[in-house]
Amino acid sequence: MSDGARGVVVAHGALAAALVLEVERISGQTGVLTAVSNNDCGREQIDQRVAEAAKDGPTVIFVDMPCGSCFFAAMRQTRERNDVRVVTGVNLPMLLDFVHHRSLPPADGAARAADKGSDAIRQA
Amino acid sequence: MPIVLYRVDDRLVHGQVVIGWGRSNDVGFFALVDDAVAASDWERELYRMGVPPEVELFFASIADAARQMDAWRRDARNGMVLTADISTMVALAEAAPPVDRVNLGGIHHKPGRTQRLPYIYLTEEEYHILESLAARGTQVTAQDLPTSPPVPLEQLR
Repeated sequence: MSDGARGVVVAHGALAAALVLEVERISGQTGVLTAVSNNDCGREQIDQRVAEAAKDGPTVIFVDMPCGSCFFAAMRQTRERNDVRVVTGVNLPMLLDFVHHRSLPPADGAARAADKGSDAIRQA
Repeated sequence: MPIVLYRVDDRLVHGQVVIGWGRSNDVGFFALVDDAVAASDWERELYRMGVPPEVELFFASIADAARQMDAWRRDARNGMVLTADISTMVALAEAAPPVDRVNLGGIHHKPGRTQRLPYIYLTEEEYHILESLAARGTQVTAQDLPTSPPVPLEQLR
């Protein structure tokens, strides 16, 4: 795996694993994203899962909702570390863009991912 | 308005609480009773992000909650009291009775606990503490969502 920020996707149930799988299938970029589920987790367990997934350097954490246990666990990582950023409302377009722009610092990568994810939400 | 739910859930504020229980009970405020959260500006600010702006979120230590409970019970809005663990809820029930019903909403695995339901793990000691609470007149049931059937404490044995 090349250098650059890692991505951690934290979501309810099987959602994170499904998103990561589909990003890998579409982009061919493997080993960049790590999926974390809140299944069967109390606060301590989800905090531990996210901390473990985000431990290897600069990381952007993608969360499904801007509230709840997944979001809180992600935000707790930012309390002690300035190389972690959080983006909420995770979707495929933002992840697909992220895996091709990992050289950006986490703050810039997170801002770009949020823009790309928002751009993809349209009334068609 | 009454306190519509006294809930033990180690996740405290999360989707099941805010959306599942909160919306269906037209909850106007949550009272989060936790000594550690009450003492941390950072954690309080974090939990505030998890509640819709039209819903108020109070933070209190056990001692503060005991003093505030009457005011919460007299509040014109429906309210929910949340604790992360059984010991805090029992302390609250003793300090500010009556707590007529306690909902076990999420108590997850830790060493020494065994699974009683997919979302409830208890040590034997915790089970007996709940039994004692029930013996003093509090109805104790497990129920993750309003749409799920409540499970009586006896079935968690």
